[in-house]
Amino acid sequence: MNYADLFRITLPETALEIAALLVLVVDLAFLRQSAMRVRATVASVLGVAGCAIAFLFMLGQGTQTFCATGSLDTALLSTGGLIAVAQSGILALTALTLLLLIDSTFTRNPGEYVAVALMSAVGGLVISGAQDLLVIFIGLELLSLGLYVLTAFAKLSGRSAEASLKYYLFGGMSAAFLLFGFSYLYGLTGSTNLHQVVQGSITSIGSGSPLFYVALVMIAAGLGFKVAAVPFHLWAPDAYEGAPAPAAAFIASVSKVASFALLIGIGTAIAHPFTDTHLLRSGMVMVHSGPLPKYIGLAGPWSILLAILAAASMLVGNLAALAQTSVRRLLAYSAIAHAGYMLLALAYPTQSPRSNEAVLYYILTYGLTTVGAFGVVGVVERATGSDKLDTFLGLQKRNSLLAAVLLILLLSLAGIPPLVGFWAKFNLFAAVLSANAGVVPFALVALAVGMSAVSLYYYLQVLKRVYVMPAPPDMCCVDVHPVTAIVLALIAAAVLVMGCMPAVLQNWIAGL
Amino acid sequence: MLAWTIYLSFAGALIEALLPKNRPGLARALALIVALAGLGLGVAGFAAGMGQGRILIVDALWIPSMGIHYLLAADGISRVLVLLTGLAAVAGVLFSWNIELRTSHFFAFFLALIGGVYGVFLSFDLFLLFVFYEIAIVPKYFLIAIWGSTRREYAAMKLAIYSFVGSAMVLIVLLAAYATSGSHSTSLDALAHAGLSPQFQMWAFPLTFVGFGILAGLWPFHTWAPTGHVAAPTAASMLLAGVVMKLGAYGCLRVAMGLFPRGMDPWGFTIAGIGSWRSVFAILAVIGIVYGALVALVQTDFKFVIGYSSVSHMGFVLLGLMTLNRIGLDGAVLQMFSHGILAGLLFAIVGRVVYDRTHTRQFADLEHMHLSKRLPFAAWAFVVAGMASMGLPGFSGFIAELQVLIGSWRAQPWWTGAAGVGIVVGVAYTWRALQKAFFSDAPPAPHIQDHAHALAPITWPEIAGFSLLTAASLWIGLYPRILLDQIEPAVRTFLAAGGVQ
Repeated sequence: MNYADLFRITLPETALEIAALLVLVVDLAFLRQSAMRVRATVASVLGVAGCAIAFLFMLGQGTQTFCATGSLDTALLSTGGLIAVAQSGILALTALTLLLLIDSTFTRNPGEYVAVALMSAVGGLVISGAQDLLVIFIGLELLSLGLYVLTAFAKLSGRSAEASLKYYLFGGMSAAFLLFGFSYLYGLTGSTNLHQVVQGSITSIGSGSPLFYVALVMIAAGLGFKVAAVPFHLWAPDAYEGAPAPAAAFIASVSKVASFALLIGIGTAIAHPFTDTHLLRSGMVMVHSGPLPKYIGLAGPWSILLAILAAASMLVGNLAALAQTSVRRLLAYSAIAHAGYMLLALAYPTQSPRSNEAVLYYILTYGLTTVGAFGVVGVVERATGSDKLDTFLGLQKRNSLLAAVLLILLLSLAGIPPLVGFWAKFNLFAAVLSANAGVVPFALVALAVGMSAVSLYYYLQVLKRVYVMPAPPDMCCVDVHPVTAIVLALIAAAVLVMGCMPAVLQNWIAGL
Repeated sequence: MLAWTIYLSFAGALIEALLPKNRPGLARALALIVALAGLGLGVAGFAAGMGQGRILIVDALWIPSMGIHYLLAADGISRVLVLLTGLAAVAGVLFSWNIELRTSHFFAFFLALIGGVYGVFLSFDLFLLFVFYEIAIVPKYFLIAIWGSTRREYAAMKLAIYSFVGSAMVLIVLLAAYATSGSHSTSLDALAHAGLSPQFQMWAFPLTFVGFGILAGLWPFHTWAPTGHVAAPTAASMLLAGVVMKLGAYGCLRVAMGLFPRGMDPWGFTIAGIGSWRSVFAILAVIGIVYGALVALVQTDFKFVIGYSSVSHMGFVLLGLMTLNRIGLDGAVLQMFSHGILAGLLFAIVGRVVYDRTHTRQFADLEHMHLSKRLPFAAWAFVVAGMASMGLPGFSGFIAELQVLIGSWRAQPWWTGAAGVGIVVGVAYTWRALQKAFFSDAPPAPHIQDHAHALAPITWPEIAGFSLLTAASLWIGLYPRILLDQIEPAVRTFLAAGGVQ
């Protein structure tokens, strides 16, 4: 164990932690008497700067792995490649959600909010690169604990506290499941290293033991909770509805990116038991051996588990969204549906990193879009005091910029070209089909495409109110803080431009 | 050059969206200029393509990792349909000159729709074609939902969902074809030559044909059409019937039949005398022709008559496609053009010239208004358009439907017989509408006295739009060679590539 190496590999995380502490100190020591707007601005700017510095450190790292003893069998953390892509996404989305804070009024402690958000993002960075079950668990808890606090941050709002408690109870339960599953894996294989565990599942005496399946189900339950997959999704609508808007955006984007990065890591290790995991995680390796026999090791059961979660999420998410009257709950159910699409690609991975890249592309662009959507919802909510569908009536007259942004973002979520959501979906489904896994994935892709036709209906329900129906006379204009307006306009522009030139982001993901 | 039709329309849409809201005159003028420029480019491209096969416009690698190209080209069929789109766009702008509500937004959506339509007709890469096809969905929704009339939100949502479900079916096939062909390209040529297995084509063909056919008014998936046409504002119904339904038919031709010709082969067994998907769709087309005409015959709302007549006329297009012979396909493409012009004209008369003045489309009310005396222009315009629509020789409809009928006779005589019934009923519903709406001699009724005074005079944009469309229909009717010279070589190439006959 070389602590200099550990320090080097965790430079981005360290930078974020220091930024978090700095924000606290500055806010508590120097800005106690300042206006709220000033404190929020300083805290957000410091937070964004922390993210930027962490990003620079991360780019400088390249591909490397930190091991406890020098042997790859004890690998703890990796960097570079697809991990770097996920981490960049986490940092960028964290920065965007922090910028939404400037305009917010839900808290009197912006410094603490930013500090908790940054620490939570550290957890996200850790699980993106984790190679060890215990590191995964620690990172996950760091991420989750921050999210519970962020959800409860609107201290004057009963709904916020209620949402946080629900989220916390579900989260605690699912963490217990996850740890229980991990403990089985350790007991069966004698190792906590991800790669060792997967190899052990094939070569050790315990191979073929039904306890592996028990462990996998437990782990799927724990991670299914994190990505809000059906049937572990019940917390999502409440948390999305009750949390302050920037916190909801954080949960919907940063936490999702980190969780999917973790799922990619675990899935890749399971699909390629005989290749060094850390190489695979960074997308560096094209596997030479042919496809594995289907039911060797954990690949088969894992695939079935994810496929079930995917199908259930697509169906329940899209159908339940049809009945929502609150825009936040609508976004929550749509998030469940989108998680379903991505789980589908994870259930049928390609031998090449193609499907991993497709999932990352999807989650990054989805995260960006949903941050923007929550930004708009937050602004409208502050002006009207509610997030009901009817508060969006005639928005194009009350604020045409917000209306245009919402039009672009929701149509992108529905998968209408030339917006990025369409390309992300196409790329994802093409990756599933190119895995050549037979008729079941094809049927599931058909289901997914059909379900996204359903999704257009509920997105249009929002847009209909924005563009078609007139505003009631008592609703006045909606004002936007210039910073929020710029952030939202940039997000919408990015969604449009990336949709017209999808190859840019794709090449960056494949090349990093 | 033709590619600029797309770019100009989208640029126009963007500028319209940014225009200040209180300058409707500017918005109208800009829309007219953009539409005219599109028509000019369409005419120039049409003339430049005279006697030539497919002309490549742009071919740039767009998404390298999947071999997707930004590939625009134009063969004779594309050039004819681009010309149609240009005409429909100009006429559409002229007939929506009186839109006062959010004028600039109206034309923004209008031009975005037009841009998508141009894109579909010029794309020779399936992915690109699909992108443009879906771009056209959203503007349709807003045009109907915001500026429409009868049950507009319902009709708009129905149209959007129908379109999106249809395109979802196409998307599934696109994904599957890409994954199974292994050709690492989505260009239409590459996919056509990818050697997709007959089994694959056997399910891909019907899925694609129905997916596109929904938008072409394929019976029994046509139900969006009457409600959508009726609810839409005049210009949007003109576009829906004039060009959007053509998108569907064009997709059936270019994608379903072009990529999966083996899907039309016999199944090897027959159910109730039907032995292939080709027969299935031909029979659905014939049902559409007769059913649309019969339903049009009993409508009480003037616009519904035209709405159902569109279903009937589009049936001829689909029947022409399923003949799989040269004359039938020629007729189908010509019918697309002809119906695009004539449906635009009919909707313009009903929606703009009559409804915007009388505020009713019910025959029961119109009967008492003696419109032939009070709006002679409308009456005579409808006489001309109705004649053309029922297939009077000298107008474009005659030559198009004649070719379809000859083609279908060669393929399967009883199809022709059944479609002939549709033509006869077509004469009946047109005469009925003409008589009830314009030439009735029922005495004035008390409940419509309010409207009896002052019908606004006919304006110049209406006369200009009417002249444009009528001239186009007459010209094609008298001298169809000018289109057929473009259509025929393209159809010949198409049939040869598909290996049919």
